Amino acid sequence: MLNKDMSCEHYRYLKKIKRRKQIITITQVSIFVLTLILWEIAARMKLIDTFLTSSPSDIWNMFLHMAKNGNLAYHVGISIFENIVGFTVGTILGVIIAIGLWWSDFWAKVLEPYLVVLNTLPKTALAPIIIIWIGTGYSGIIVTAVVTSIVITIMNMFNSFISADENKIKLLKTFGASKLQIFTKLVFPQSIPAMVSTLKVNIGLSWIGVIVGEFLVSRAGIGYLLVYGGQVFQFDLIMMSLFILTIISVLMYKLVSIIENKFINWHQ
Amino acid sequence: MSNVPILNIRNLSMTYHRLNGEVKAIEKIDLDVYQGEIIGIVGPSGCGKSTLLSIIAGLLKPSSGEVILNGKKVEKPTKDIGYMFQRDLLFEWKTILENVLLGLEIQGRVTEESKKVAEKLLETYGLGDFKYSYPNQLSGGMRQRVALIRTLMLEPKLLLLDEPFSALDYQTRLAISDEIGLILKKENKTTLMVTHDIAEAISMSDRIVVLSNRPAVIKDIIEIQLTVPKGIWSPINCREAPEFRHYFNKIWKELDIHVK
Repeated sequence: MLNKDMSCEHYRYLKKIKRRKQIITITQVSIFVLTLILWEIAARMKLIDTFLTSSPSDIWNMFLHMAKNGNLAYHVGISIFENIVGFTVGTILGVIIAIGLWWSDFWAKVLEPYLVVLNTLPKTALAPIIIIWIGTGYSGIIVTAVVTSIVITIMNMFNSFISADENKIKLLKTFGASKLQIFTKLVFPQSIPAMVSTLKVNIGLSWIGVIVGEFLVSRAGIGYLLVYGGQVFQFDLIMMSLFILTIISVLMYKLVSIIENKFINWHQ
Repeated sequence: MSNVPILNIRNLSMTYHRLNGEVKAIEKIDLDVYQGEIIGIVGPSGCGKSTLLSIIAGLLKPSSGEVILNGKKVEKPTKDIGYMFQRDLLFEWKTILENVLLGLEIQGRVTEESKKVAEKLLETYGLGDFKYSYPNQLSGGMRQRVALIRTLMLEPKLLLLDEPFSALDYQTRLAISDEIGLILKKENKTTLMVTHDIAEAISMSDRIVVLSNRPAVIKDIIEIQLTVPKGIWSPINCREAPEFRHYFNKIWKELDIHVK
């Protein structure tokens, strides 16, 4: 971008834009750091009750303690496993069902009201039933995670499938394309961006399913740590679990974004 | 131009059925088209021009009548008919070369040879440097040229153009219609072109079919003979011909358009 012929005015313009960006980043980081510092100071000066709020240093110590004895990796590992299986299965199954609905206009029309009703229902309300039916191990939790993400996947993907350009379908028909070819050459590829954004949403939804499932039954996982921390009134543990949960879900979201940018160079 | 028509349209009618009644789109259309001819089809908007093309292409089943191409009845899309749309309809996730090969890909006919043909056509029509570009890197005019090459790749006996330039701005439109007119003549392609631009129709066509308001019937078929010095025939130069104005007025009157 650097150009020797750049005018002074243009240089100042670029500098101004860059400066603004820096200030925004600095402010963002400062808010976070300041909150932690104030929290720590307030805790040390006994302005707040650490029994109800914990403090950054206690959370950090709890983290070190649990990281050392291996408990942390164990619980986090289980939750991540349940989450990944949950959103992968939810997304794949949802896409397959959406393909079926696209294929059969009749069934799409018949099932539409059911999907709308299921979509408005908070899926976590089904968790107790699922756990009774499927069992209290990982499987029940994973199915809860699948159920939270599958309905929205079906709806998003189906809507994306049917939004394929009518004229492009007509074009393919003039080439003599079969319905399967229309799907594989046009409808599916044009829905890949929608699929990636659904995947992003599903990571979050699947976490809801996993945590609720773990609240209800599990003996392991981040949800279990949260519930256990609450029962024994150990706020260090609760806060640490929350931090870990946030960091993991942000990392997973970022990962999908990176994949998205890599593979979809034609989009935009 | 040979004396045997390659396309016969016989007594073609089409009625659309809707919940709130039926609409007659076209009625009793008869037309013969000869090898190498470019036929312009003009008519008031919404008169059923696109319906006519869709039926000829085998995309729509007519209520009555038939379309015969080289002695064979057209009942479903065939590879002998190439259809070019108003918009270029390029697939954004495919490169220009892949887009051009799309028709062959669908028909399972992509070979090393056909790839070379495609590259050569792109080269000939000034798109050689864009083989591996994506559609969003090309201008509107270039994209429409890609769409034409995509159609030509199937070596259709008959080309159907459905307002192929109307999505372009005026200057690009003039330039591209000139180029495409020359390409069609050079490749000796029999063409039916629907347009609402009278001047474009006169400058490109050998004959112009004037359709009436809905239900569309053929009002008139006008043979276009423009005096253009030999060797410099091109749609743009056709617009300079002394007879141009005369045809324009005649068609304008026949269209009988009133803005209410």
